[in-house]
Amino acid sequence: MYAQMVKSTGAGVKSREEMSAEEAAFQDRIDADIKIEPKDWMPEGYRKTLIRQIGQHAHSEIVGQLPEGNWITRAPTLERKAILLAKVQDEAGHGLYLYAAAETLGVSRDELTEQLLDGRMKYSSIFNYPTLNWADIGAVGWLVDGAAIMNQVPLQRTSYGPYSRAMIRICKEESFHQRQGYDIMMKMAQGTEAQKKMAQDALNRLWYPSLMMFGPSDKDSVHSAQSMAWKIKMDSNDELRQKFVDQTVPQAEYLGLTVPDENLKWNEEKGGYDFSEPDWDEFFDVLQGNGPCNVDRMEKRNAAWDNGAWVREGLMAHAEKRAVLKTAAE
Amino acid sequence: MSTLYDFALRMGDNTLILGHRVSEWCGHAPVLEEDIALANTALDLIGQTQLWLGLAAEEEGSGKTADDLAFLRDAWEFRNALLCELPNGDFGRTLMRQYLFDEWHLLMLKALQGSSEKRVSDIADKAVKEVSYHVERSRDTVIGLGDGTAESHKRMQEALDYLYPYVGELFTPDAVDTAAAEAGLAPDLASLRAPYDEALAATMAEATLSLPDSRFAHKGGRTGKMHTEHLGHILTQMQWLQRAYPGAAW
Amino acid sequence: MSKEWPLWEIFIRGQHGLSHRHVGSLHAPDAEMAIKNARDVYTRRNEGQSIWVVEAAHITASSPSDKGPMYEPSESKVYRHPTFFDIPEDVGAM
Repeated sequence: MYAQMVKSTGAGVKSREEMSAEEAAFQDRIDADIKIEPKDWMPEGYRKTLIRQIGQHAHSEIVGQLPEGNWITRAPTLERKAILLAKVQDEAGHGLYLYAAAETLGVSRDELTEQLLDGRMKYSSIFNYPTLNWADIGAVGWLVDGAAIMNQVPLQRTSYGPYSRAMIRICKEESFHQRQGYDIMMKMAQGTEAQKKMAQDALNRLWYPSLMMFGPSDKDSVHSAQSMAWKIKMDSNDELRQKFVDQTVPQAEYLGLTVPDENLKWNEEKGGYDFSEPDWDEFFDVLQGNGPCNVDRMEKRNAAWDNGAWVREGLMAHAEKRAVLKTAAE
Repeated sequence: MSTLYDFALRMGDNTLILGHRVSEWCGHAPVLEEDIALANTALDLIGQTQLWLGLAAEEEGSGKTADDLAFLRDAWEFRNALLCELPNGDFGRTLMRQYLFDEWHLLMLKALQGSSEKRVSDIADKAVKEVSYHVERSRDTVIGLGDGTAESHKRMQEALDYLYPYVGELFTPDAVDTAAAEAGLAPDLASLRAPYDEALAATMAEATLSLPDSRFAHKGGRTGKMHTEHLGHILTQMQWLQRAYPGAAW
Repeated sequence: MSKEWPLWEIFIRGQHGLSHRHVGSLHAPDAEMAIKNARDVYTRRNEGQSIWVVEAAHITASSPSDKGPMYEPSESKVYRHPTFFDIPEDVGAM
């Protein structure tokens, strides 16, 4: 998902004849599934697209802390509180791993952060939707993490070594996220009338935004070809979306919840569900900054950064003083 | 109710309320590494809460759970030290509060490892490892920020001045503490003060911060006689779902 | 922009007596804080028993064009690998 809206900066896929010797050798390595490492030669477009993609992925993890963090202080039991806190903490860790992967491409975490904070870089639009009742925490784990995992599992095989290694670590850690979400949904769906209502309400609001996570339809996505040739995008948006729907609908049925789509129907011939497209106008609105929570999210991230400046500076100043003392003592 | 119940409740309410406060930082810390570290501290404290309040519930004997105690008592029934419920303020105040609590917490847990009550020493054995790390980390941060820039120094001194009047309560025994000490359940609270003062003096010297002269101490949290207004607001968030939907399983 | 904390590379020795292994990077003002941050960031799931930190700027890495001369010679020294030697099954475990 996090990779699905990144425009590659390459000017379309070059044919073999158009490639320089270096470019051809580079493409050969990718075709042979040999990982590209930080010090290897790489086309400038590959480097730039990766910085944008990994950066956007990292930002999504960090901003993604906010909607779930919204419920940490209201979690209904001690165990739920601990699980949710551990999960949101994981998102911070995943952001950290990804920033580190981007840093191997010659950009600093601070630079990336500033680009997020002043709006030059984006994050996944899903995190601009609110979490309004406790079942949303279940639905975020079940649907949003479910969609993320679908996208991230293939990215473990991506061509850039540090990115691939970060994704392997992230996928390993994420395996509990979706399960804890579904576990909450089961409790809610089997609970009181009020809890069932919460569960259905959460599904109603988060279904289409989850489908949007895979990005616009392939027929409208002009930049995918180069990213796929470079193996920094592994599957098409529509393929992943179809896979997600096929996997999720039976899970909703098991919960006794209704997917909010009148056109949802099993299609025997294609071996998958037919379903309604999300409202792409809404998607682009959210992307432009007009989602329900865009302003709040950026305000919070900016506040954390600005209010933390004196802490970062203070600890650095102390470390420098100590280093001077240490050198003097030697 | 038994002395053990009262004692476990006080330990558990400290970790519950402080853990809640620390968890408020998740997603808002000055740098990712600190965000993750604070969440670890909060997770440890929540885990300890489950043990202490679990013990209190067991001792209470009417089939209640740790969750019942956490989510279904009102403010006057809480027994945490006031220090734990004070608002986070800026990052410096949060870490100063953490440090002032951690030093006490570690001394307390080390003493509790020798408790006459096995269920208490078992919890202490587990928690002492976690809290040894908490204090290492909070001490380093207090020192780093105290001895950092002019601004960080000023903020840390302000934090210390604001929080120090809440330290005394941690060492002020009442009838419950005296009974617990006599039963060998817990240490004499007052005996922890000297090593605490020693640790604080060393840390503050390194942090270039000055401990306030006044030993005035706000109190009332541990006995339940008088909390700050802040506790009620914590509870309105923390207990909301359990209160709004009684009897639901989550 | 204020000065960013330096980047550190983190190496962790796991539970099973293996060598330290590179697990990732993080930022910290100094080595002591880097160790602490590594504990919080990279051992959340009980992954490690010992942590090494090295400031990233102090790592010298081989350059990829050296790959041939650096590593290929060892490829021909297959006798370094135990599977090179055929030991009859009758000999038992070795």
